[in-house]
Amino acid sequence: MVEEEGFRRYVAHAILWIGIAIVAFPVYIAIVASTQDNALIANGQMSLLPGGHFFEVYYQTIFVGTSGSTREPVGNMMLNSLVMALLIAVGKIAISIISAYAIVYFRFPFRMPIFWIIFITLMLPVEVRIYPTYKIVADLHMLDSYAGLALPLIASATATLLFRQFFMTVPDELLEASRIDGAGPLRFFWDTLLPLSRTNMAALFVILFILGWNQYLWPLLITTRDDMQTIQVGIRKMITTTDALTEWPVVMATAVLAMLPPVFVVVAMQRLFVRGLVETEK
Amino acid sequence: MANVTLRNVRKTYPGGFEAIKGVNVDVADGQFCVLVGPSGCGKSTLLRMVAGLETVSGGEIDIGGRVVNQVEPADRDIAMVFQNYALYPHMSVFNNMAYGLRNRGMKEAEVKTRVDEAARVLELTPMLERKPRQLSGGQRQRVAMGRAIVRQPKVFLFDEPLSNLDAKLRIAMRVEIRKLQRRLSTTSIYVTHDQLEAMTLADILVVMNGGQVEQFGNPLAIYEKPATTFVASFIGAPPMNLMSMRADEIKSQIGNSGDAGILGIRPEDFVITDQTPAGGVALPLTVEAIERVGAETFIYGSRKQDEQRIAANPGELPPGEVIVRIPGSEAPPIGQKIRVAAVRAKLHLFSDDGRTRIEA
Repeated sequence: MVEEEGFRRYVAHAILWIGIAIVAFPVYIAIVASTQDNALIANGQMSLLPGGHFFEVYYQTIFVGTSGSTREPVGNMMLNSLVMALLIAVGKIAISIISAYAIVYFRFPFRMPIFWIIFITLMLPVEVRIYPTYKIVADLHMLDSYAGLALPLIASATATLLFRQFFMTVPDELLEASRIDGAGPLRFFWDTLLPLSRTNMAALFVILFILGWNQYLWPLLITTRDDMQTIQVGIRKMITTTDALTEWPVVMATAVLAMLPPVFVVVAMQRLFVRGLVETEK
Repeated sequence: MANVTLRNVRKTYPGGFEAIKGVNVDVADGQFCVLVGPSGCGKSTLLRMVAGLETVSGGEIDIGGRVVNQVEPADRDIAMVFQNYALYPHMSVFNNMAYGLRNRGMKEAEVKTRVDEAARVLELTPMLERKPRQLSGGQRQRVAMGRAIVRQPKVFLFDEPLSNLDAKLRIAMRVEIRKLQRRLSTTSIYVTHDQLEAMTLADILVVMNGGQVEQFGNPLAIYEKPATTFVASFIGAPPMNLMSMRADEIKSQIGNSGDAGILGIRPEDFVITDQTPAGGVALPLTVEAIERVGAETFIYGSRKQDEQRIAANPGELPPGEVIVRIPGSEAPPIGQKIRVAAVRAKLHLFSDDGRTRIEA
């Protein structure tokens, strides 16, 4: 770092502070708005300082929901989102680590074609294959269910590729040493490969959890019942009200609540996450 | 305890490449066998075939009277030490050593006894709870050895175990491996490309080249009577001087030399002298370079007269160049003409193609 002097340094710091403010201000507004009285916000007289309705707004949001558009408590929406995000993250990791293990360590007919088929699915995200996927899920009677929410998003090429790349960097001698030590394929996978993949799994978990948590289009399509709604869909529904005033404090409180789990996951797994991205220890 | 017998063992890769072209080796119970050769000679492949990590294309591998061609590595009752140690990075030293025992369903108390004993022998006791990454190269090496000895296998297999260590440690570990093997008297097969390691460790030495055994037997016997020019130049450092005998000057000096076409003389068998020993060889040389290593000095001299090529071998000198080893650090100055001689008993004669040794 070059040490900047006096004035130039203040300018640089000012620019950085402006950057931070631009990113942080909307979040601040959401937090402030969630503690105000709705009438004030609707009048356009919202204060930039926190109001006094924190507890009642959050109580209402979590346990009751809005009085108009959706009558679903946000607590339940969060539970739905959480279950979906966890299913997607855990399911994806489980499926892809197993398929990567098969592709890297076993010689079976059509190994490479199968690998390429998995690879090609990279080009087909949910949005592209949404019709056939919807049809399949509907035919399997999985609409309005956790399985229907999570399953189509679980099969994933990205995670398989990541584990494949990682497995290929694991020295062959480890496998050979395991064979001599009397560990079969399952033992090797369980005792050696899984522990070595720990940081990779953590990094993927963070990414996939947030990906799952932020799903909007797919849950919107396949959930019709209020009690299966996810929080991302719920927020949207709260804003568009036909004949009543939008309950902004509740909407904002919901937004704040929607931010919390991803933040929590990132903070909790930060150390493993960073190590997973830069890890070289083998 | 077991002997290991390889009968006409072959390895052909799917592409058609023949890595091992029929190898016969017999290692008696408790012997230390060293496979040595240049890279690509198939020595590691052969070891991995004994371990069961490579399939056998032909012939038989026999461990302790049982043909193990189709037996899984874990069931061959062998233990292997890898070049990069292949320790499980996420397991403690203790668990690294205990893993193979636990997989065999051994009782935890017995596992602990064995690992503790191995750790004591290898001086690893204070490090049992550490992870491999917290250990130095030499310590990792010892853990790898420990993992092998706790199993109390019939055969130890070593795949260039010392090549990742620095020179000093390598010598120390070499001695340790030898002592350990003597004490346990477990049959061992050891792969290396370092001829010094090979000479010092081996009960029987197997010199390999191009997927075949060039010569095997007692290391000193091989040093004294190399069977081919390849072995002659590979075993011993600096390598044996090989000279074409078509140059009449040499041929006439030796007299009765049969069909020999190549003459070999080890650098240490030369003396600087004006006399010509009866039946021996004397060569006039111009000193080109001097290497002083303290206890001994290497003189690189050129002969000029003889420019004829001899079959190219690893470590071979350019035609016409001769290495002479003399004790001490006194050496003639560069450019000086000297005369070196070797007695008859120290001459090695080979056929023209270098494939046969001729005793005359």
